[in-house]
Amino acid sequence: MRRQLPPEALDATDRKLLNHLQDGIEITAAPFTALARETGLTEAALLDRIARLREIGAITRFGPFLDAAAMGGAFCLCAMAVPEDRFEEVMTLVNAHAEVAHNYERQHRLNMWFVLACERAEGIASTAADIEAETGLTVHLFPKVQEFFIGFRVEA
Amino acid sequence: MNIDATDRRILQATAGGLPLTPHPFAEIARWLDLTEAEVMDRMARMQAAGVIRRIALAPNHYALGMVANGMSVWDVADDRAAGLGAQVGALPFVSHCYLRPRSLPDWPYNLFAMIHGTSRPEVETKRGQIARLLGPACRAQDILYSTRILKKTGMRLAEGG
Repeated sequence: MRRQLPPEALDATDRKLLNHLQDGIEITAAPFTALARETGLTEAALLDRIARLREIGAITRFGPFLDAAAMGGAFCLCAMAVPEDRFEEVMTLVNAHAEVAHNYERQHRLNMWFVLACERAEGIASTAADIEAETGLTVHLFPKVQEFFIGFRVEA
Repeated sequence: MNIDATDRRILQATAGGLPLTPHPFAEIARWLDLTEAEVMDRMARMQAAGVIRRIALAPNHYALGMVANGMSVWDVADDRAAGLGAQVGALPFVSHCYLRPRSLPDWPYNLFAMIHGTSRPEVETKRGQIARLLGPACRAQDILYSTRILKKTGMRLAEGG
């Protein structure tokens, strides 16, 4: 299971950075200047903190979030019922596909849930078919019909 | 939007993350032998077109104490699903909410709502709130707790392509 950070791992400034940077930065030559001023840090100190947050595992990524659909592709949530004794083997086969953007183990008969992100919409069906052929297991496809967008963020 | 070969190089170069320097777009430009202005212009255009949703930080929910993460799933009458889905999506503790096709007979659920909390009892309480909101329009429900992140890289573009 993943590691939970002790509460003292983050100070108030770290929490402020985590909350602010979830909303995204502007595309400007010096995108960290305003936030540095607001938090009373030098830019160098702010960037060191982001690097540290990444090192200790408080953040998984800091970069562009892409939308496959906007470039003519598609995302699709997929699920498989993987026998317990084959779980690691199947995980390795599934994760080897670059199209698998993330993958979670969940407690259910359908115990492996992953998202395919493909640059072309046809890639969803072909990647799912490849995974079925490699694993001998059914891939259930759950493409989104409608998304209800909200501005949720984790309050650190 | 059609992204060209240069756009693609920019997205590939930043797939692992933005360089952590005061002038990240100048740094990307150095990597790719472009000008800073061209990198910024291309990324701004991709953001305007929605190809880049945002340039942001992805928190690790679990590390930050949100140790209970459940995908709640609901079988909601089709004629009520869009309206009720919008209400569920507006709840402050729901991070993502989607309508998806059922996969019968294995999977009767069409509304998916991710609930995050610091404990399972907290998540169950929130799940109860959703159940009350849905009322009799909901015919069955379940919740799938995540027990392990197996991969989390975000979308990657094929090389060349």
